[in-house]
Amino acid sequence: MAFNFPNHFRFADSHEYASVEDDLVRIGISAFAVDQLGDIVFVDLPEVGTTLVRGNSFGSVESVKAVEEMYSPISGEVVQRNESVLDSPEELQNDPHGGGWLLLVKPSETDQLQELMDAEAYASKVAVS
Amino acid sequence: MELFQTPLYDLCLKSGCRIVPFAGWEMPIQFSGLVNEHLAVRKKAGLFDISHMGVIRLEGSNPKDALQTLVPSDLNRIAPGEACYTVLLNEKGGIIDDLIVYDTGSDNSNQESLLLVINAACSKTDIDWLRRHLEPKGISITDAKQNGVLLALQGPQANEILEKVCNESLAGLPKFGHRQIQIKGIPGENATSIFVARTGYTGEDGFEVLLSANAGQALWKRLIQEGVTPCGLGARDTLRLEAAMLLYGNDIGPDTTPFEAGLGWLVHLEMPSNFVGRSILEKQASEGIKKRLVGLKVTGRAIARQSYQIFYENKHVGLITSGTWSPSLQEGIALAYVPTELGKLGTTLNIEIRDKLHIATVVKRPFYRRN
Repeated sequence: MAFNFPNHFRFADSHEYASVEDDLVRIGISAFAVDQLGDIVFVDLPEVGTTLVRGNSFGSVESVKAVEEMYSPISGEVVQRNESVLDSPEELQNDPHGGGWLLLVKPSETDQLQELMDAEAYASKVAVS
Repeated sequence: MELFQTPLYDLCLKSGCRIVPFAGWEMPIQFSGLVNEHLAVRKKAGLFDISHMGVIRLEGSNPKDALQTLVPSDLNRIAPGEACYTVLLNEKGGIIDDLIVYDTGSDNSNQESLLLVINAACSKTDIDWLRRHLEPKGISITDAKQNGVLLALQGPQANEILEKVCNESLAGLPKFGHRQIQIKGIPGENATSIFVARTGYTGEDGFEVLLSANAGQALWKRLIQEGVTPCGLGARDTLRLEAAMLLYGNDIGPDTTPFEAGLGWLVHLEMPSNFVGRSILEKQASEGIKKRLVGLKVTGRAIARQSYQIFYENKHVGLITSGTWSPSLQEGIALAYVPTELGKLGTTLNIEIRDKLHIATVVKRPFYRRN
């Protein structure tokens, strides 16, 4: 299956993406990860105001098949979370790069973005895995 | 370790499945998506490759009496053409495996035979156990699958579809009934005799079919052409769990007895025959059991999975053995062992899911029952 990874997204090894929007960063998980998980039934996200540390778990996504932790691609503070994904996880299933975003974060170390993969590198990583 | 592939491996790949290692085999975990496959079985029909399962033939002058020494179910209750679900027990009354015993009657030379369908993961221990106990009684134990195919066609439309493909009425085949039927018009095969049983592991009407590799491949293709949904082990697990059918290794094992596992209905202590584990079961029948399997409904959307901990009034009381999100009921369901006194319907328990306690209620099994 071929996936379309938006060019302006940056990806972590653990399949989360970060997308810069002015001085904030939108976080979600990639379409590849969503496809691997299968039928998603539950998403657990931190409260607004929570401090995220890059590489640390910030929540979990649960499919019928499995539960996976999600790891923060950057450090920062949660300023908004996608409440509608909590109510209807199928939004994450159907549109992980759009309406199925998870958190909006005020980054504390913007340099960290440089350490993430670009869309091309991520696409080739998941193509071989 | 080298993994086995079933004769349907390539056809499954062609149908777009994802493969995982399971009990020494490379098996399809899902095709079009677990929930889609699950609902296809509940509403129409689904097809499973279960060729990894062991199929054993016991043959001799009286295989039923011989096997009776190893199982707690009265095998005289089944006649040729019938079958029963039962368990092999160890000396502690614990379960070595759960299996279906098919009475396949006698041949011309008065040799009687039984067919056993056993779990793939238990094949070796089962066969060793059967050899040790039954060969001295003159019973031969052979592989009845012989690199062939075991298929499960399950769902409310399974009957209609299989009748169409076999061009034979299956109306006379009751639940757990089985017989050889001739199947014609399968490409590459003349009329082939296949073993068809009205059994399954989904809680729906359906069939399990044993046949040669060639015939199995042809039948798989034919059924897919008929619009049957190919299904993987993922859907097989959610389907069986909704029906509260037990999974060996999760819900039952060498340290659980049939009474503890809610399988008291298959224990026939009123029969005179002795069987391995009988004294322990008699003791439990008179003194009661300390733990029992219960069905749980879990509040919220988080799934209570195997080995998650259960608490009652802040005290650790047990572990989840199987759990999922039920696609049919749209709620969290689970099986678990708890102290007997907490097994009453309506008891509220707490399950720890990733450091948070979730409320679960003891409910009736099965979670799902077909109309």
